Amino acid sequence: MGLRGVGRAADARRAACGQAEGMRSYAELPGLMTQMTGDEKHGPSATSTLDVLWVLYDQVLRVSPGTVDDPGRDRFLLSKGHGPAAYYAVLAAKEFIPEAWLPDFGSVSSPLGYHPDRSLVPGVEISSGSLGHGLPIGVGVAHGLLARGLPGLGDSAPRVYVLVGDAELDEGSNSEAIVYAGAVGLPNLTVVAVDNQSSTYGWGPGGIAAHFAVGGWSTVRVSGRDHEALASAFRVTGAAPAGPQLVVASVEGEE
Amino acid sequence: MSDMRSVFAETASALLDEDPLAAVVLAEISVDMFGKAAARHPDRVLNVGIREQLMVSVGGGLALAGMRPIVHTYAPFLVERAYEQVKLDLAHQGGHAVLVSIGASYDAARAGRTHQAPEDVILLDSVPGFSVVVPGHPAEVEALLRGAVGALDAGSTYLRLSTETNLETRPVSASLQMIRSGRRAVVVAVGPMLSPVLEAVADLDVTVAYATTVRPFDASGLRALEAGSGAVVLVEPYLAGTSSYAVASALTSRPHRLLSLGVPRRELRQYGTPADHASAYGLDAAGIRRSVTGFLGWTS
Repeated sequence: MGLRGVGRAADARRAACGQAEGMRSYAELPGLMTQMTGDEKHGPSATSTLDVLWVLYDQVLRVSPGTVDDPGRDRFLLSKGHGPAAYYAVLAAKEFIPEAWLPDFGSVSSPLGYHPDRSLVPGVEISSGSLGHGLPIGVGVAHGLLARGLPGLGDSAPRVYVLVGDAELDEGSNSEAIVYAGAVGLPNLTVVAVDNQSSTYGWGPGGIAAHFAVGGWSTVRVSGRDHEALASAFRVTGAAPAGPQLVVASVEGEE
Repeated sequence: MSDMRSVFAETASALLDEDPLAAVVLAEISVDMFGKAAARHPDRVLNVGIREQLMVSVGGGLALAGMRPIVHTYAPFLVERAYEQVKLDLAHQGGHAVLVSIGASYDAARAGRTHQAPEDVILLDSVPGFSVVVPGHPAEVEALLRGAVGALDAGSTYLRLSTETNLETRPVSASLQMIRSGRRAVVVAVGPMLSPVLEAVADLDVTVAYATTVRPFDASGLRALEAGSGAVVLVEPYLAGTSSYAVASALTSRPHRLLSLGVPRRELRQYGTPADHASAYGLDAAGIRRSVTGFLGWTS
């Protein structure tokens, strides 16, 4: 079948070019998304995460198509599994999945569904869709990586990054994880909260960051569209020695 | 003799010493029983506080990180409160854990409905890939826990501990074990139901088989034991009928009758002792005898 042939071609390209070399640029992501949606206009849920996803895979995460099973890789957990077109586009741009998979998005023969399935998509760490599961799972992954004492793929131990949406934080399971991870000071966990102010009741004065900060997290708020600011936030927080870190990526007013 | 919970804590603590990938996740319940283990292995004995959703999710995350998690609390909080976490954060992710409950069915008769979950096995039975083991005696717990942890590469297990125990222990097995043989029916006694069953049918011409592993259900063993009587009595310490479909599936090609005994689908708004509840549900020896003789009488 055709997909296998494309997979081999992609493998060959990776072998020729070196696996860390992204073959696609940020400017090409909308075109990749259009292959899935068949529409030039993308839903806010998909596009609110696009820049964060790109910066993570382009500059932050120590994982490549060749290291998706390496125990020392960084883990990226897309908790907010809704609107995954941006995620699939970035995975295709970075050659975790063949670009040829995109047009079949959601079909019976496609590995790419409306919510991602880790058993079907290389590089996808968790199957998500029901809200409020990624962060609590991420707490367990972070604990497990610490207990195993694994060396990372870079100059420090592997790290867990969890992307949540601001409305997703409505789910009470997140509160369990936020208070616990802050209290025990999990040092290898970063949450990036993509905040498009879609939570009906919001988070009150201080917003999401205050909610995490009171639990002992270090927090920073940046524009979710500013690649330099995002990369800098991940670097700064990643270098902080104690406790889990929150990056609020604000995309308000841009949808 | 230690109770099942103590044997569990001792065995799990030993596993933490023996296996660098073993981990125990708790939600306050039984934390004091893991004090020494936590001092030796602070990174692998995790108490998340009174947060059962997080407890199961952390178990799922540990599994994704390559660990072998044992997740433990009171039955209703482990299975019912965190049911979607069991379904999604363990099973759907393809991660495996051993879930260990205490407070089976009406162990906590005095505590009332909030602390009772006879629905635990039927709920977990709806999650793909879960084995279910039900020891009938504290001496059976170590082998069952070690077996479950040893099988984590293949799948998850629910280990259901109870303060109700049989008078004597039996060797544990994944197969139905014939305790005595008879001609008119096969009575399958699950876990701690064996002693009341043996008392109930002492003078009846029936086979009694003992099950500690109920999922996967030993279908071929049941077919061998049934041997033409065409009558099966299932005596389970949890929701009545939980294994009825497994028996029906095992005997699809044979005419048969089935009596399913267990905890009924109603709330008993009374406190008291486990014995009081067993009596009210017809799960003491006298009640089981009434049901079985009625079932056999109808046959003749």
